[in-house]
Amino acid sequence: MKKYLFLILLQLVILTSFAQVDTSLFKTIAKDTSYKNNLMNMDAVYSRPFLNYSKSPVSIGGYLEANYQHLGTNGISEGHQFQMRRMTLFIASSIKNRIKFLSEIEFEDGTKEINIEFAAVDFTFNPMINIRGGILMNPIGAFNQNHDGPKWEFIDRPISATQMLPATWSNVGFGLYGKKYSGNWIYAYEVYLTNGFDDRIIANNANRTNLAATKANKNRFEESPNGEPLYTGKFAIRNRKIGELGLSYMGGIYNKFQIDGFNIDKKRSVHTFAIDFNTTLPVLNTKLIAEWAMVVVDVPPTYSQQFGDKQYGGFLDVVQPVFKKQMQGFHNAVLNLACRFEFVDWNVATFRETGGNIADHIWAVVPAVSFRPSQQTVIRINYRYQQQTDLLGNIPLRTGGFQIGFSTYF
Amino acid sequence: MFPIRTSIVVFSAFIFISACIKLEPSAPDSNNVLDGPLAELNHEQMIQHMHGDAAFNDAIFTSENGLGPVFVANTCASCHAGDGKGHQFTSLTRFGQSDSTGNLFIGKGGPQLQNRAIPGFLPEQLPFGVPFTKLVAPAVTGLGFIDAVTDADIIAMADPTDADGDGISGVLSVAILPSYVIPRNMAIPQNGYFICRFGKKAGAYDLVLQTAKAYNQDMGIISGYEPVDPHSNLAGDPEITAQTIQDNVFYQKTLKAPLARNQNNSDVISGKQIFINIGCVTCHKKELKTGHSTISSLSEKLFFPYTDLLLHDMGSDLDDGYTEGSAKSSEWRTPALWGLGLSKNSQGGNYFLMHDGRATTIEQAVLLHGGEGSKSRSQYNALTETERKKLLIFLENL
Repeated sequence: MKKYLFLILLQLVILTSFAQVDTSLFKTIAKDTSYKNNLMNMDAVYSRPFLNYSKSPVSIGGYLEANYQHLGTNGISEGHQFQMRRMTLFIASSIKNRIKFLSEIEFEDGTKEINIEFAAVDFTFNPMINIRGGILMNPIGAFNQNHDGPKWEFIDRPISATQMLPATWSNVGFGLYGKKYSGNWIYAYEVYLTNGFDDRIIANNANRTNLAATKANKNRFEESPNGEPLYTGKFAIRNRKIGELGLSYMGGIYNKFQIDGFNIDKKRSVHTFAIDFNTTLPVLNTKLIAEWAMVVVDVPPTYSQQFGDKQYGGFLDVVQPVFKKQMQGFHNAVLNLACRFEFVDWNVATFRETGGNIADHIWAVVPAVSFRPSQQTVIRINYRYQQQTDLLGNIPLRTGGFQIGFSTYF
Repeated sequence: MFPIRTSIVVFSAFIFISACIKLEPSAPDSNNVLDGPLAELNHEQMIQHMHGDAAFNDAIFTSENGLGPVFVANTCASCHAGDGKGHQFTSLTRFGQSDSTGNLFIGKGGPQLQNRAIPGFLPEQLPFGVPFTKLVAPAVTGLGFIDAVTDADIIAMADPTDADGDGISGVLSVAILPSYVIPRNMAIPQNGYFICRFGKKAGAYDLVLQTAKAYNQDMGIISGYEPVDPHSNLAGDPEITAQTIQDNVFYQKTLKAPLARNQNNSDVISGKQIFINIGCVTCHKKELKTGHSTISSLSEKLFFPYTDLLLHDMGSDLDDGYTEGSAKSSEWRTPALWGLGLSKNSQGGNYFLMHDGRATTIEQAVLLHGGEGSKSRSQYNALTETERKKLLIFLENL
């Protein structure tokens, strides 16, 4: 009911605004590329195009992504699927010099999920010391903070980032971030304390250890499930001529170990480690984006081995611009060839009963063609081929098919 | 006027989409997989089969929806991947009964050990010194055919006193039924006891009993049929509906029978003859027939399970000292051999055969036959290398 009221209210605001404001007066604030070489993954949340009205300190923006797909698994297909995966609205405001606010509200699969992914105020004291508080995106890996659809050549988000790591993963909390510039080098850090995971990570419908399962807890923006903070920290380094490398950690206690002051279990921890890298190769301008992560969870030894205590996986995107010229009337349009390689081992262990390997892994290859009529818009065609092997290592399920879609900032 | 270029693009798009579907992974040959429904189910039956499929393969139990607190597995599919045989990772440990007088540990943790627990709870421990056995889960394909065999046909195969003197007896497994089990129309009670046919010791009368017990003992799920929690030993509210159990049972009943492969291959044909010649078919009966069934695909049909559904003494090597129902501890129900060659496809690429998975090849399984199976084993040992190979090829293709 709440979401419908919210939608009606939003619609009224939009209609009213339209009646009162000549939209031609909106001006687009394109991404500031003058300091492009200074931008890092941590800046992704503010490095977006916005619309601004006159001298108003408030700017808005967003993106939309939709697609068609026809995928089949071992000869069985859901048929033709038309999907509106997400529409995201940004509202940013400069409250005062060096105090800014940004929110990101996402509607996924129509209105199946409505989430505040980001709603935080940043206080800048100096480049090395900024305080951020509110609902923020934990900087684990790079994708979680830099996930906007128009930035990627692939319709599906990386499996390792969304199903092993829980992107998009937001929590209430606060922390510090900052940057230091030194010649071609930029050093950056982020540290946050937030609410964290809960018992769902080892009790969920995925039937495997799944950090993303905590997102089903609708109370997580209201209260911590166990009163323990989740610690997230990232150190990143960028060389303007080479690329960016990030090392990140996120961890804490995930289980509800106490009720009304009485212990019901020992404290059980979750640790995640990630490394991310991106660069653009000289001459060919080939773009490489990679992320690799590991999850370590204290699963009770008497629980099912179905829920592993260690997972790892990652992805590598290779994007090769083929043409950059006027195409179909679009100035500076770009045609890319791309390919994603991804792998996740959901359960890195051996069976206690037989000593045999626990399989439970997935890999995928996704070749793609993308057309960018502008930097803010991408039209993409993907062919996905993946193999999912079950816990026992039986013959894998093979999935394949085409996906065609677009994503654009607006 | 529609521009020609646009028309070409639209036309190309349709061609492209049609072509794309051809690039999707195809279904494996149905002969090479165990799962799949019976042919000729009507729409109503197919809908119930799909509901049961969801209950069997998709329903995942967690502490939120009733798992445990002590359990062995959290889904049906954990023990029966692809509807096939189980892996030792989900072996069931049964304990507390050494003869036909009954299980001494009912109400004290028996008859099954729940060796896992949700966080905060401790799993059950095997009581010191009790008789026990470990059981690898069986395949569930073709169970509707076995369920529809008449009691009269099973009785006709029995030879408890070895009247024909062939060294093979074949004993009925009988039990008193719990109140929720409805006897078959064609049931022939034996002094108030009913003939059972499911389970390694043929201790279960039908699939409703087998399934309700599995929810309860394997997953700790309370139902209206089995209302007592195996951990607390107290009655509780149902955590699953009777309809879900009935859908699940219907799914198992309407799974197709495993299909034998390469039946025209000369080695398979020779191997089959050797199988007959050395007496394996005395217990592993090739052909059975069903009685009347409301499901037309199961009614009055010949099928080829390679079992007689009877108990046989298999010797001391396979006697774990534990038993169920009316069986002696050395007696085991003849397992159906159909789908044998596909077993490893649900066991992670390796065979785990015999009741506890101790045999990792078909030959090892043959050589573990003792008791009433000794004579056939001796004859197997007397075969030439080539004859053995042909026999194993035949078994691989069942």
